[in-house]
Amino acid sequence: MADDKRIDEPTGVETTGHSWDGIEELNNPLPRWWLWSFYATIVWGIIYVILFPAWPLVTGATKGVLNYSTRANVAADIERVNLSNAELQQSLLNVDLHALDRNEALNAYAVSAGAAVFANNCSQCHGRGAAGVQAAGYPNLLDDDWLWGGQVEDIAYTVRHGIRNEDDPEARYSEMPAFGEILAEEEIDILVQHVRSLAGLDEPVVGGEQLFLDNCAACHADDGTGMRELGAPNLTDAIWLYGGTEEAVSETIHNSRFGVMPPWGERLGEVQVRAVAAYVHGLGGGEQQVAEPVTEAERDAAADVPEASFPASAEETPAEAGAPPVAPVTDDAGPVRLPPLPSD
Amino acid sequence: MSNAPLFAAQEPIFPRRVSGFFRRLKWWILGITLGIYYITPWIRWDRGPNLPDQAVLIDMANRRFYFFWIEIWPHEFYFVAGLLIMAGLGLFLFTSALGRVWCGYACPQTVWTDLFLLVERWIEGDRNARVRLWKAKWDARKWRLRLTKWMVWLLIAVATGGAWVFYFADAPTLARDLVTLQAPMVAYATIGVLTATTFVFGGFLREQVCIYMCPWPRIQGAMMDAGTLTVGYRDWRGEPRGKGSAKRAAVAEDVGEAARVRYGAGADKDVATPRLSRSGETLGDCIDCMACVNVCPMGIDIREGQQMECITCALCIDACDEVMAKIGRPRGLIDYLALDDRPPVLPGEHAAVRPMGTEAEGATTIKPAPGDPAPAPHAAAQPFTAEGSRDWSPQPVWKHIFRPRTLVYTTLWAAIGVFLLVALFIRPEIEMTVAPVRNPTFVTLSDGTIRNTYDVRLRNKHGEARVFDLAVTSTGALDVTLEGQPGTAVTVPPDATQRQRLYVTAEPGSLAATSERTDVRIWAEDRISGEQASRDTIFNGAGNQ
Repeated sequence: MADDKRIDEPTGVETTGHSWDGIEELNNPLPRWWLWSFYATIVWGIIYVILFPAWPLVTGATKGVLNYSTRANVAADIERVNLSNAELQQSLLNVDLHALDRNEALNAYAVSAGAAVFANNCSQCHGRGAAGVQAAGYPNLLDDDWLWGGQVEDIAYTVRHGIRNEDDPEARYSEMPAFGEILAEEEIDILVQHVRSLAGLDEPVVGGEQLFLDNCAACHADDGTGMRELGAPNLTDAIWLYGGTEEAVSETIHNSRFGVMPPWGERLGEVQVRAVAAYVHGLGGGEQQVAEPVTEAERDAAADVPEASFPASAEETPAEAGAPPVAPVTDDAGPVRLPPLPSD
Repeated sequence: MSNAPLFAAQEPIFPRRVSGFFRRLKWWILGITLGIYYITPWIRWDRGPNLPDQAVLIDMANRRFYFFWIEIWPHEFYFVAGLLIMAGLGLFLFTSALGRVWCGYACPQTVWTDLFLLVERWIEGDRNARVRLWKAKWDARKWRLRLTKWMVWLLIAVATGGAWVFYFADAPTLARDLVTLQAPMVAYATIGVLTATTFVFGGFLREQVCIYMCPWPRIQGAMMDAGTLTVGYRDWRGEPRGKGSAKRAAVAEDVGEAARVRYGAGADKDVATPRLSRSGETLGDCIDCMACVNVCPMGIDIREGQQMECITCALCIDACDEVMAKIGRPRGLIDYLALDDRPPVLPGEHAAVRPMGTEAEGATTIKPAPGDPAPAPHAAAQPFTAEGSRDWSPQPVWKHIFRPRTLVYTTLWAAIGVFLLVALFIRPEIEMTVAPVRNPTFVTLSDGTIRNTYDVRLRNKHGEARVFDLAVTSTGALDVTLEGQPGTAVTVPPDATQRQRLYVTAEPGSLAATSERTDVRIWAEDRISGEQASRDTIFNGAGNQ
């Protein structure tokens, strides 16, 4: 090969002597520093292999003398975040849940931590958007209808102990008899129509009220508005756990049905229970312990703020009576607090 | 057969000092660009109490870019994209009109190398002194000069790296932190890396960066054409080169035509009279003094034609003009030329002078550089005739610059510039985005009310907190409530985005509650300025169930 070296006529440059199908290569020499920088990358590579994990083995890789590990870094990061949140978590444990939304920072922490807890533990049944699954009887948590109460402490109790489970003696418990074995078919048909009429879905029916008072009112109350102490649903509202069709109501009266929810207190721990309760309470249907009174002074302060002038077609919006100045959590402020991981 | 090595040592280059128009221009550009670079971070700009008061600041942590009165948010990154497109088109424009003018005048590699050469010349002397010093033994004097030079280079390099980090943090605070060793590690690391690159690239690698590292020369080479002005050598005027005698040739009969081709229309008889060598042969204007080679920072001979290494710094033009003035010939033997400035045929009485690459008795045969275009075939093939050159005359400079191609680039460049400017001035101070929550699409409340949920993001670009009133307009009657607070007013902190969950409800049995979908418009109004923003979206009713 070396014998084929020659001076290329048009360029005056020597060839390398390499020839492939008559195509030759000119020898325009590379700068020497380039060669040295190439050697430097090799040296760098050797040092890297010594210091860091590099060679893949059967069950892992060589460790490297620095013992560097991204997995350990993540664990350390989680530890660090947990430590930095320890104070907030302690406050969440001690706070009166009903007063939680008055502590802006703590509430924000609880809600965002609760969102993660919900996604990991609750969304399997209640859905990622917390809308429940009507066909399966998983309650919608977004609406304002609560079987066992919608104040944040009620929700926390439900999460802690669950519903109708055998694992927790303090679980909320109620049982509706299967009236298919008690009442005649005609009676059940009348009851179905009566129950639906309570919610305005059907015409009132003769004899319905008497049947209802005899068999149902003990739990669902005389007017059908239910009883939270017993977890007996309100039958007069627009919300049906298993659906409001004749078939669905008939099925419930015939065979009775009720869902089961496991107790989460032990598995999640009290901090996460309180966090997820705060999250669910904030989804749009949560109930307040007491309505906050609007004072005269607050009303005056609100009146000083000029009204917004929207296009004429805009709905008249009620003046925000005494809306407290909000210091909301912004997208851009402060270090990001990661919610704690479920410890299972 | 020689055995050329596969790797070659770097040839040392000792550019000589030169003065002239282009050197002065380059000093001005050097001063202005370096001045902008070093001083800009220290300019203050009052934006009020909640915002930084640095005129130019890239605030990575808070994701803001401040440029005097302009503040760019991450979602306005299209301004940066637009500027990059403008920079690209600008490069096309300048390259097609003026060749590698970026490389020669404004590239940081050129500017800092120029600065380092200035220091080198100041400490070690001009070209000849530096060549002697390079050859000299490493005695005390050489060590002293070298160490002094390296120290000054290092100071410049540290200042260069130091200035860079000030663009990313409050300059006075960071400067104090740097000195008291309180600054973040990344600041020191950045300064360290930029110090090293400045020191090595400006002091030692210099032309190697342009030849072996930088992709621009290749890209720019592809964007030039035969009409592009670039630094070139009028070989038809300079050749055959050589040391002349005091004698001048007799004035030729066809002086008018020859002079017009060689020197342009304005040439007088004296200029058109060629020099003679000692043995009486006719010579061109080049006296082969090597001035153009000695001043070249890339170490090339521009007389070999346009070549890859040339950064068109134009210092050889200054050097040659100096010499031409001394020997009483017109300037411009080396000049800004286009390839199509070459005369199609050469004057007959100078038959020895041929375009580069053609063999002729008495003419210096020059090896064309790689990439150098071959002379136009008709120029070599056809003998000179008066008819052949009658139609030809050198194009004026403006015709090289104002061509369809450059005008198209300029139009595109200006169009994007105008678009960005308009976008900048009409962009709102408040902004809102609305994302309907679709899981679920609606919620039925116990009284039959239908509720839709929307995630609203409100941006407040003002330097103080602002209160926004939210409302909804629609064909149906809808109510607005906010998650987590009473009323419909949202306070957005200064210079921040606020997410607010919004509930819109339709009463049981109302049109919106029973329809499948209703068009709605969500409004936000700034209580102080009255500025409004709105977004159209959909209200989902129970009609689709």
